[in-house]
Amino acid sequence: MYDFALFFSFAFRPMSLTRAQIESIAHLARLELEPAEIPLYQESLSRIIDLVGQLDRADTANVAPMAHPLPGLTQRLRPDAVTEQDAHERYQASAPQVAAGLYLVPKVIE
Amino acid sequence: MSEVIHRNSLTQLAAGLRAKKFSSVELVRAYLERIEASQPVLNAFVSVTGSQALAAAAAADRDIAGGGGGPLAGVPIGHKDLFCTEGVRTTCGSRMLDNFVSPYDATVVAKLKAAGAVTLGKLNMDEFAMGSSSETSYYGPVRNPWSTDCVPGGSSGGSAAAVAARLVPGATATDTGGSIRQPAALCGITGIKPTYGRVSRYGMIAFASSLDQGGVLTTSAADAALMLREMAGFDPNDSTSVDTPVPDYVAALDAPLAGVRIGLIKEFLDEGLDRENERRIREALAVLERLGASLREVSLPNLPLSVPAYYVVAPAECSSNLARYDGVRFGHRCKEPRDLQDLYRRSRGEGFGAEVKRRIMTGTYVLSAGYYDAYYLKAQRVRQLIAADFKRAFGEVDALVGPTSPTAAFRIGAKTADPITMYLNDIYTIGANLAGLPALSVPCGFVGGLPVGLQIVGTHFAEARILNIAHRYQLETDWHLKSPERFA
Repeated sequence: MYDFALFFSFAFRPMSLTRAQIESIAHLARLELEPAEIPLYQESLSRIIDLVGQLDRADTANVAPMAHPLPGLTQRLRPDAVTEQDAHERYQASAPQVAAGLYLVPKVIE
Repeated sequence: MSEVIHRNSLTQLAAGLRAKKFSSVELVRAYLERIEASQPVLNAFVSVTGSQALAAAAAADRDIAGGGGGPLAGVPIGHKDLFCTEGVRTTCGSRMLDNFVSPYDATVVAKLKAAGAVTLGKLNMDEFAMGSSSETSYYGPVRNPWSTDCVPGGSSGGSAAAVAARLVPGATATDTGGSIRQPAALCGITGIKPTYGRVSRYGMIAFASSLDQGGVLTTSAADAALMLREMAGFDPNDSTSVDTPVPDYVAALDAPLAGVRIGLIKEFLDEGLDRENERRIREALAVLERLGASLREVSLPNLPLSVPAYYVVAPAECSSNLARYDGVRFGHRCKEPRDLQDLYRRSRGEGFGAEVKRRIMTGTYVLSAGYYDAYYLKAQRVRQLIAADFKRAFGEVDALVGPTSPTAAFRIGAKTADPITMYLNDIYTIGANLAGLPALSVPCGFVGGLPVGLQIVGTHFAEARILNIAHRYQLETDWHLKSPERFA
């Protein structure tokens, strides 16, 4: 006799994310994916989202979200003064393509 | 000079240099030879900066001869290849930054340089520090010196393997979810992740900015105290750097443990913990009790939610931080882009490896319209609950302890197919990152011939206390003095 529940849980793992959703996420993240990669991300992202679903077990009704690990830390400000020297040539030395101090990209406006 | 100079601790090397028992140039040459011989086996380094190191060593020797030089004058170290080093390639283990030569030094790099340390090179790591095995590096996996079929842990696996194999006496590392402590445990060395804000993040390539913290890997707590003292401190260039004085961690090492209250985290003794590993932890705790510490079990009921909370918060911050890699200003650019969108998509698709893409996409999903409240806000609320659990526990005890990792090192390739299995490796380390607490790992014995670690967590800015506990433990035990036979 087969244990069908077990069989189905392996054969039809709940896919919470569709192929179209993965394509849309990849577009939002500006990531080119190979067609063969999409099912792999579909599977692993679905499982990560399942894992994250455990968070529902916690009662957070009256809990404020924690944006920062140090309590009471406030954003430090500095005087609005020029402190940096112009070093664009040094900073642009690692750029893929520059001309006359400008970063070059493919034409945006036709 | 002795053939076995590498068996000295970092503290002994610093003292030996100052006493002119050997020169920094001699020391650097000896370590460079060891690095070269190990590289085909361990792959711990991405770049070795031999000629710059020898020049810096000669300068350190001149400083020492003139009666000057900092506390680490002439001491060789390595940097995780995530710290920007001026004029030296800084890859973060990624094809994206394969050609990136940093135009400036990270504050950590500058501070260690100012203290006199000599950099031997840049250490291999999981790509963008995303991983627990150092297998996701574009430059190939790092191997564990205790068993080269096994991983060294990650993401600071190159740093940990290098220290364990005595290729450097100390190395910088970073910890977002356990990336210092877990490799320290798996390589049988000591590693500390300081309090969030204690060490500057300026020039430390960002992964998850509310969790990332720089620290050190060394063989002993005493060495970690010496190196951390030079690295820590306020930095106006890091907006989350905390402006409180750095205590003398070295001076605080010897304090007796009588009356120190230690809490064993009950939730860490779960079904995932290897039973042999648990025995090593209990043996280590017996040592601490013998030293006068009092031990009790403490419950942090929300801590088991650390992994799910982390896998929302960390990918969310990662997707935002890694948006800067656009193929325009620096880093990889695809060939012959059709238009700007194509340039972005293909440069990023080609430049990032599979795990980095997975995390960027996870982060993009949890932050996208309609899901933000359900995932991101929920995770930040759970994070608050976890931090509150720690706060409550530190009302009762001075330090919390438990295992660093569920098991000893696993075989290369064993967990690459399933990201969730890999993520669960950090189940005991992530909590300290979510709460911003200092935590360290010290070697506490072996399971099946491979080292395991005891984790000690302190309250905010209690680095001196946890280093003190670790040091007293190391005065009673010799696990931290053991090194892999092949690299003896």
